[in-house]
Amino acid sequence: MTLVRAGILAALLVAAVCLQVAAFPHVSFDGVVPNLALLLVVAAALVRGPDFAATLGFFAGLAIDLAPPADHVAGRWALALVVVGYVAGRVRQDAGTSAGAAVITVAASSFIGTSLFALSGMLLHDPAVPATEALAVIPVAVVYDVLLTPFVLPLAMRLLRRIEPHRVAY
Amino acid sequence: MSVPSPHPRPSRTVVVLLLLACFTVITLDVRGGDDSPVEPLRSAVGSVLGPVERGTAAAVRPVVAVPGFFRTTKGLRDDVARLEAENARLRGSLATTDIDRNRAAELDGLLAGARSTGYALVPARVVAMGPAQTFTRAVTIDAGTSSGIAPDMTVLNNDGLVGRVIRADRTTATVLLIVDQESVVGGRLGSTMEIGYLRGRGQHGDDAKLDLDLVDQSVTPARNDVLVTWGSRNGAPYVAGVPIGKVTSVRSSPSQLSAQATIEPYVDFTSLDLVGVVVDPDTRGDRPVITAGKQEEQR
Repeated sequence: MTLVRAGILAALLVAAVCLQVAAFPHVSFDGVVPNLALLLVVAAALVRGPDFAATLGFFAGLAIDLAPPADHVAGRWALALVVVGYVAGRVRQDAGTSAGAAVITVAASSFIGTSLFALSGMLLHDPAVPATEALAVIPVAVVYDVLLTPFVLPLAMRLLRRIEPHRVAY
Repeated sequence: MSVPSPHPRPSRTVVVLLLLACFTVITLDVRGGDDSPVEPLRSAVGSVLGPVERGTAAAVRPVVAVPGFFRTTKGLRDDVARLEAENARLRGSLATTDIDRNRAAELDGLLAGARSTGYALVPARVVAMGPAQTFTRAVTIDAGTSSGIAPDMTVLNNDGLVGRVIRADRTTATVLLIVDQESVVGGRLGSTMEIGYLRGRGQHGDDAKLDLDLVDQSVTPARNDVLVTWGSRNGAPYVAGVPIGKVTSVRSSPSQLSAQATIEPYVDFTSLDLVGVVVDPDTRGDRPVITAGKQEEQR
């Protein structure tokens, strides 16, 4: 059963990453596309909590880092999404899971994720992103992620609940 | 704090371990350079996800074409009229430049001798585009080593230079666009034959521009001057004579010795689709190689 669950999660990740690079560029805004993998990680954080989300974020980030046409240093998106999963998971415990809170969580996560990725690029000079360009891209990315939230997040959360192992009541 | 939380407190161990794993991967990849241990993993993932991306792009392509179905006959008629007018105008300008062209072709023929003038191209389609959030301008094309594509090959399309291949997997390859910040192309000014280096700015969309640094700093490029690739040894990574773009603005400041020129590339990088990869004419692959012998006349 665990293997089946891992398989479904892997398929979801691959679908998110491939749609992100192969389908969404047709509707990109100045090259910015919605970060579906990040939305998946946030959904996991809201349903399952920080540990699970951070782990999923690690693999989702690695998938973005390694899938063509990515050419940056591997591990940078992984780092960003681990933090996103952890933070979103911690916030869930305080914020509850109303629709408004979910949207704010997505906006904050998108901001944190994209900023962390840009910052790690600045530190590693890979490429040395000028701050002005980062500042131009990040708000658009946040808005696009929030716009897609009502379509992606409920679906992803329902799917993740379905494949959640039964928990012992506590 | 005495109120019991409905969720178990997360253990810090997991997230700390994951962060350490991230730093390990980053360090391995940064220190390893070109032969880092991540490289085989990257090509393995590329071999698996490449075909999936190709499939996704193939599935999405008809959907993207849907708005085209709703064009009216009138719209198409207008298009035909506009294109005919443009055609007539181009024909006119072609007639006047024919003499110059022939003279140049003769000289070219003398200089080039028996060397073949055209390039051999492997056609490919763009299936995936790196998001702007990654701050890298790279695309995936649906042809790889099985079609004879290898790293450091020139990629161009109808309009001009697109970029160069930086990684080739079996069925897909990654192309670094010339507008990427890490991209440097040797360029030659059409009017004065001066050489220089073109650097990308990493921008996307309509404001994607390149910066030109001329080797001879006393030369000031003129507006609308055309830049072509200067070419390098064995045609890697760029073959010579591919049009790159035209000079849109020149500005000189007292603090700098040379004038700074901004180049607008001919290629529209937001709507890349069919591209050609310059290969050796004898390449044997799983798709036909187009040899464009009459390339000069088409331009």
